[in-house]
Amino acid sequence: MKSTELLLLLKDISNTIIDNSEMLNDLDRAIGDADHGINMRRGFLLVLEDLDNLTDKDIVTIFNKVAMTLLSKIGGASGPLYATAFMKFAQVCKGRDEIDSNLYTEMIGSAIDGMKMRGKSDAGCKTILDSMIPYYKTLETEIKKTNVFKELSPLALKSSEEGVEYTKTIIATKGRRKLPW
Amino acid sequence: MVGIVLVSHSSKIAEGIIELCSQMAPDYDKLINCSGIEDGLIGTDTLKIVEGIKEADDGDGVIIIMDIGSSIISTEMALDFLDEDLRSRTLLVDTPIVEGALNASIDASIGGDLQSVKEACEGAKSLNKF
Repeated sequence: MKSTELLLLLKDISNTIIDNSEMLNDLDRAIGDADHGINMRRGFLLVLEDLDNLTDKDIVTIFNKVAMTLLSKIGGASGPLYATAFMKFAQVCKGRDEIDSNLYTEMIGSAIDGMKMRGKSDAGCKTILDSMIPYYKTLETEIKKTNVFKELSPLALKSSEEGVEYTKTIIATKGRRKLPW
Repeated sequence: MVGIVLVSHSSKIAEGIIELCSQMAPDYDKLINCSGIEDGLIGTDTLKIVEGIKEADDGDGVIIIMDIGSSIISTEMALDFLDEDLRSRTLLVDTPIVEGALNASIDASIGGDLQSVKEACEGAKSLNKF
């Protein structure tokens, strides 16, 4: 994937988040203050604006710009967390003009490390990491058999969905769960 | 003089705290509001906090008082954007934001150093109100 395709992918991701912001609010309403969708929508609407100005820019510049927008505009804890992931993507992609399956796997691993550090979290804390870590582990294992992304992606996605299901069985220890009210 | 950065989710909360502190320490002008996000909305903005720390520092250091939730993660991330020198004299203090800011601004206004202002600020945590 080169930078032009990356821009299209980020546009697609942004639109998916924006279109589902009400669902994110509803999920947050059950466990928090029902603003996760509002926050993510605000951040990714501005990312969409950025993308129009990033044509002809390299992969690293694109990831860094998205990181700074999310960092400043989301307003909630997801801002620093998503920004950390995008900054890690940029670091890992330094000097590269194309993302292949190997680099992508490395990017996801690095984003997980960054988010663990930033959120002082790990597997089993009922966070997004419980879906990202199984996703990464499957990529890491399966890439030894094939580096064709279309073959890897469904397997990794299945693992991340299993990770989501697993979170229904555990108790949260991070975020608002810690507060006394 | 030690600077103080306030990171609340609401800019109006911090404005009120600054108003209150300026009654107690009228000559102290190093209390910086890094609260809320643009357009007056509720939230916290890492880049705003980075700018506020730079503004609050005159070489004597900065303490940061936060309210809840994302104010902490946003402030922790802001530290990563500081040069090593400024970061080494920037301290996060775990304390109630109103009482902590009052204690800290009084101590800073009478020339308390970074450690002294931090301790005054932290002292608000164990304050019995009655």
